[in-house]
Amino acid sequence: MVGDWVSLRVRPGPAVSLNAMTELLARIAQRTDPAAFHELYQSYGPRVKVYLVRRGVDAATAEDLAQETLLTVWRRAALFSSERGSASTWIFTIARNLWIDRLRKEVPWQELPAAHAAETSPEPLPDEVIAESEVQKRVRAAVAELPAEQQRVIELAYLEGLSHGEIAARLGLPLGTVKSRVRIAYQRMRAAVEDLK
Amino acid sequence: MTITHHLGSETLLSFAAGTLPSALSAVAGAHVAMCGHCRGELVWCERIGAALLEGLPAMPLDDAEPAVRSLPQAARLGGNAFNPILRLARDDFADVAWRRIGIGLWHRPLPLAGRGALQLIKAAPGASVPEHGHAGGEITLILRGALSDATGRYGVGDVADLDEAIEHTPVADRDAGCVCAVGNEVPTRFHSLLARLLQPWHGL
Repeated sequence: MVGDWVSLRVRPGPAVSLNAMTELLARIAQRTDPAAFHELYQSYGPRVKVYLVRRGVDAATAEDLAQETLLTVWRRAALFSSERGSASTWIFTIARNLWIDRLRKEVPWQELPAAHAAETSPEPLPDEVIAESEVQKRVRAAVAELPAEQQRVIELAYLEGLSHGEIAARLGLPLGTVKSRVRIAYQRMRAAVEDLK
Repeated sequence: MTITHHLGSETLLSFAAGTLPSALSAVAGAHVAMCGHCRGELVWCERIGAALLEGLPAMPLDDAEPAVRSLPQAARLGGNAFNPILRLARDDFADVAWRRIGIGLWHRPLPLAGRGALQLIKAAPGASVPEHGHAGGEITLILRGALSDATGRYGVGDVADLDEAIEHTPVADRDAGCVCAVGNEVPTRFHSLLARLLQPWHGL
């Protein structure tokens, strides 16, 4: 059953637009709005669950952690800073940290609430929101356009949680080749968004 | 403090993906907290993760959606003292029980959950760390003073993000010495450490 979607490639993004996502976060932060939570939960919960299942978590635990990810979003919405990327970037980091913390039993060495959140206003200006959603759209396009061999190493790292050494073993490649593919993929992605800086 | 040596993009990508070995993550996390440049690059790496997450097909949720109406929200969380390396540096290493491992050279292993080995190393002015190679990656973050080796000079906040191919003999600053945090994917074995301990060595 797992194999059904393991092979799927990058596809167009969530049903709700990225702007709307950040707006939902703002509604949670400012008005503790359960309806906004509902929308965010329905949109991201199922994707966080898949993300965790692909990392080798059983479905029931993945469901628990997906719930906990979204509950963390509820609790910490006021700490969200658009400096740290879009709403989905933030949700991704929360899910990743939960996975490291719970399943690897390691410390996620990145603090979740942006360490510098105090310096920024919790409410992003409208043009910042648009800029960030544009950035996220461009990153998605850039990742989708990577040559298959580069996309593969990126997916194995981000979605299946493999270290470079594990990717090398999985693909039967020298470690140096894996690292240079990762480096080139990153450079391509950065080049694709260079004009947005 | 001007940081000139940064984390490599493949290290930042692994860090963002959550797959960097724990010892390397601890040092990388401390550097990122000090370095605006790497913080910015890390966000780009996290955006890649978000793009992949958004592209995943939805998997139906089985459980009921949690009721959040009465769940409290956090107003603000504390400062940036969560990384033990930064906390020790902030306290000027006052509580660190150093253990001498050579002439003008001390270390202190730090407890670590997960993969690899993490330690602080203190070197007296001009002292050199024995030549060593390492299986797996090694990241060194300078916390006090400076260190030089064949790849350059490293000051406070700089990281030497080295992969397994590199053998090096770092030398501490002649005036200030050096305190650094070193994370190793695989615990390091110094070459002929014992032999070196039997003779004084000199700064270059």
